[in-house]
Order: sequence, then structure tokens, then C-alpha cells
Amino acid sequence: MRRSLVVVWLALLAALPFTTLVLPGLLPGPVNSPGSLQLLALCLVFAGFAVTYDLLFGHTGLLSFGHALYVAAGSYTVNIAVTRLHLGWPVALACAAAVGLVLPLALGAVALRVRGIAFAMVTLAFAQVGSILVLSARITGGEEGLSLVDIPAPVAGVANTANLYWLALAYLVVVVGVVHWSIRSEPGRVWRALGDNELRVTVLGLSPYRFRLLSYVLSAFLATAGGVVHLLLLGGSTPQITTSAFTVGLLVMTVLGGAGSRWGALLGGILYTYLDQRLAGLAGSTAVAGLPAALRLPLSQPQFLLGALFVLVVFFLPGGLAGLGRHLPGFAGLSRRWRRA
Amino acid sequence: MSTLVLLTLTGLGLGALYFLVASGLSLIFGLADVLNFAHGLFLAVGAYGTWWTGRHLPYPAAVGCGVAAGAVLAVLVELTMIRPLYGRPMRQVLVTVGLAAAGIALLSAVWGTDPVPVAKPRWAAGTTHLLGATVPNDRFLLIGAALAVLAALLLFLRRSRYGLVVRAGVEDRSMVTALGIDVRIAFTLVFAIGGAAAALAGGLAATYFGSITPGLGGTMLLFAFIVVVIGGMGSVIGSALAAALVGLVQQFANYYAAAGVGEASAVLLLAVVLLVRPGGLAGRPA
Repeated sequence: MRRSLVVVWLALLAALPFTTLVLPGLLPGPVNSPGSLQLLALCLVFAGFAVTYDLLFGHTGLLSFGHALYVAAGSYTVNIAVTRLHLGWPVALACAAAVGLVLPLALGAVALRVRGIAFAMVTLAFAQVGSILVLSARITGGEEGLSLVDIPAPVAGVANTANLYWLALAYLVVVVGVVHWSIRSEPGRVWRALGDNELRVTVLGLSPYRFRLLSYVLSAFLATAGGVVHLLLLGGSTPQITTSAFTVGLLVMTVLGGAGSRWGALLGGILYTYLDQRLAGLAGSTAVAGLPAALRLPLSQPQFLLGALFVLVVFFLPGGLAGLGRHLPGFAGLSRRWRRA
Repeated sequence: MSTLVLLTLTGLGLGALYFLVASGLSLIFGLADVLNFAHGLFLAVGAYGTWWTGRHLPYPAAVGCGVAAGAVLAVLVELTMIRPLYGRPMRQVLVTVGLAAAGIALLSAVWGTDPVPVAKPRWAAGTTHLLGATVPNDRFLLIGAALAVLAALLLFLRRSRYGLVVRAGVEDRSMVTALGIDVRIAFTLVFAIGGAAAALAGGLAATYFGSITPGLGGTMLLFAFIVVVIGGMGSVIGSALAAALVGLVQQFANYYAAAGVGEASAVLLLAVVLLVRPGGLAGRPA
């Protein structure tokens, strides 16, 4: 995408809280109502998570099932430091930054000793330990989760939802900026090369292990930061963000949008989160309630529709939605210009 | 002593469930390179099939119906969704991930996400006195079923012609194809076996836990993955040993340490085995 186009998009997104436009059916209220802004902010945060996941999956070729661990680490570290230990926000954020660096460095150093499916399993196992710890420990609030008590004034309360939205947007911009910069940097080229031909990288005298670890730590650190934004957005931590299902969700977003492509993970994250939230509303609507059971039952489950959509994309659009342009003749010219820019 | 006996038998019973799920998973991965996330769905279908037909049929017939439902679903999945994507393992994994999500959501749509209570047959609800311990009978049912499946699988793999093709395919698939044997039949076959075993696990798990939810397969699948990796991918004996080990470790740690420690130790066991012996217990050292 041309740089000017990115700026236009960004300006549009940043201006959304000033719009009173009503999009019937698409959003729960006017665009600048707290409900709509909360939904949009959630979409942006998850788009950020998906972009960090794509750094591992699409750009480095690492299939991880443990990404949720780092999102949860950010959310719970800050929440526990503020709510349980009363340490105040600057200390809490410093703690989260330390955890976001040390945890992936330690776990990645172990997990990256194996490759492929085994790596996926080890990351799944580590994340599962994290999930069990969160569920059974008392300091995390167990199954009920932990509500954030001391919310900073600028983002506290329903009236300040616009600030939360801008925070989410800022997070997404930072993540996209860092990821795009890093994949164009020298290590970024090595990450891509590792996916194409690992032997060749080794022959050139570079250590695949170190470059993978770098990608792993960077991706996990950005996810930890996102966990903090997620904490503010939801006003608490829920054990849901520790589960393997959460990571699978990120995987689905990334593949849906197009793994390893420029804007794929971002699009996939926004689309998936939006559909996941809105389809639940569709299920309760009167239009669906009047349908015969054979149609009503599948439509009442967002996960069914998303799962089916995902299978269709994997079958017919291996490049994800970002690769859609290549398959439609009318879009070919547009997408060429898109990619050249 | 009586606690020890009870814990051992309960651990082995849990291990038996893991083995039923893991054996199919391991064969499918060993032969076809497919990490099958839809295996939890096969299990859930088996559980709901057994419960649904169990309201009208005697228990063994209901389990049979559940197993048949799981096997048929597995064959359909292999034929329509996995077969067109052979040679592209990443997309196969992704398809099974989507399928599992969609299938489990469909089960929730039909029967709800709340646990459905399942009545035990009277003989499984009773207890037996063994070495001073009072052991619920369903533990013996689980262990017996797992041993029977293990024996049948070994007999099939070692004594039948198709078993030979499957074993050869796990060893070196391209060589089997080069010899003019259609290895795709073996793929469908291992999916059928895996689906049937997982569905049996579902039917028995319903009896063991006393209730079923659409998400039942997810938890079991996680531990089955752990068992498969610890046991060595593609090895049935390895899966059996690893399943017993994981089941026992989980029970003992949960009893003697604290709740939740058992699950965590099973996971740590996996990490240790992978780092010390990346091929798994039965695998060739990688």
C-alpha cells in the first residue's frame, strides 16, 4: 500500500470517535457510542495480536500454540501488580516489560531446540502450564478472573471509551510499525530465508536458532504489551486469554487474512473479531429465530460460521483474503498496483 | 495400600482413555503426516452418539452405534477434506482446526453447552474389593477396553496384509508407493480406525465422567497429543506406554501434591522427554 494511503486510513480510523454516523446492523449504535467504540477497539487489539502471531507463523515459519501465554502474561502481571500488590502503574508496567522479555527468552530457548510439530507441542505444553497455574492460583482469581481496581483516570469509565479506542489504535500502529520494520531489517531477511531454505542459511554461517529466538522474543514482547492494552479495554483479566483456544483463534485470524502477507493478519484479526462479536448478536435476532431448525441451529453459533469460513479459505484461497485480488480477474490490476506500492 | 491401589487403577483408567485417543492420532500422524485436530470432534461425536442411542438401546449396542458414527465421520473427513490436500501438511492441519471448531459449535447448537448427564449401566456403577481397596467397576471397563483395542491393533498391524501396508507406510511412504501399492487406502483405513477408537473413548468417557459436553474432546485431545509425542509418533506400543505413564503421573501428582499439579507434571514430562529424546520413547533417536 502506498504510504499516503496508509496515512489516509490511519486518519480515518483516528477520526472515528468524532463520527455520529449510524450504521444500522453493522454496529450496536452510532459509531462514537461507547458500545461501538469498545467493539472497534477490541477488533484493533486483536488485529495487533494477529500481526505479532504472523511475525512467528508467516514470517519466520514457526507454528506456535502458546502465544496466548504472553498475552496473558501482560494482562495478569500488570493486574496482579496493581490490584493485589498495590505497586502503582509505573512499577507494574516495568514488571510487565521484564516478564515480556525474560519469559519468552527462557521458554523460547528451550522450545526452539526442537522443530516443526514438536515445537508446536512444546509451546502448547508451556502455555497449558500457564493456563493451569492461572486457573488454580488464588492470586489470579482462578476461574472468575481478576477485575482491575485502580484504572488510570484517562481511560476509566464509559465516558472515556474513545481514549481506550485511541490506545488500541496506537498499539496496532506500533505493532505494525515494528513488525514491518523488523521484517525489512537484516534479521527479517534471515527469517524469511529460514522458511525458504534453512540449509542454505546454515551454510552461509548464520545460526538459525538465534534468529528464530530473536523473532520469538520480539513477537512475544509485543503480545505482552498487547495484553496490557487488553487488560485496560476489558477492565480485568479473564482466564480465557490463557487457553490454547485463544492461540488457535490467532492462528485462524492470520491464515484467514493471509499469513506472511503485508496486511493479511491485520485484516484477518479485525474481520474475525468483528464477526465473532457480531454474529453472537445475529444469533439472538428475531430474523434468525424464525428460521427452521436446520438453518437456525448452525447460524446461532458464531464459531460454526467462522470455522466453516476458515475451512473454505484454506481450501480455495491458500493466500488468505489478502490473496483474493490475484484470483479475481477484475481485481488483478488493482492488486498489482497494490503490491508494487 | 488401598489408596495406592485405587490411585493406580484410576490412573490406568485415565491412561486407557488417553490411549484410545492417542493410538489413532499417532497412526494418522505416523502414516499420513496429519496432525489431526478434528480427533476431539470424533471423540465428542462418539460420546453424543452413545448417549443419544443409549436412551433406547442396551449399553453395548449404544457404544457400538457411537463407534460406528465416529468411524463414518472420520472416513468422510479423510475422503472429502484431507485427501485433496495430501503433500500440503500445513493446510491439512489448518483444515482440521477449522473442522473441529465448526463441528463442536454444531454439537453445542444441537445439544447446548451445558453438561448432559449420562446414566451408568448398573454393573459399571458398582464397586469391586481388590487388595483392600474399593474400586469403581468403570475403571476395569476402561482398562479392559484399552487392552482389547491394543491387542486388536497389534494383531491387525502385524498379522494382516493391510496392517503390513500401514506399517510400511509409516516407515517410508514413498517407497511403498513406488512398489505399486495404493497407500491411499491405508490412509482411509487409519482414519477409520482412529475415528472408531476416539469415538469408543468418547462413549466410555461419558460413563467415566458421568456427563458430556461438546468441549469434552478438547481436553482429552490435549493430553492425547502429549501422549503421542512422548510415545513417539507412529508407534502404537509407545502410545500405550506413554498413556499409562501420563495417566499415573497425573493421578498421583494430583493426589499427593495439589489439584492441577498433575496436569502440569504431565506437560513438564513432555518437555523433558522432547529435550532428552526428541523422537519419543519408542522413536528412533532423532
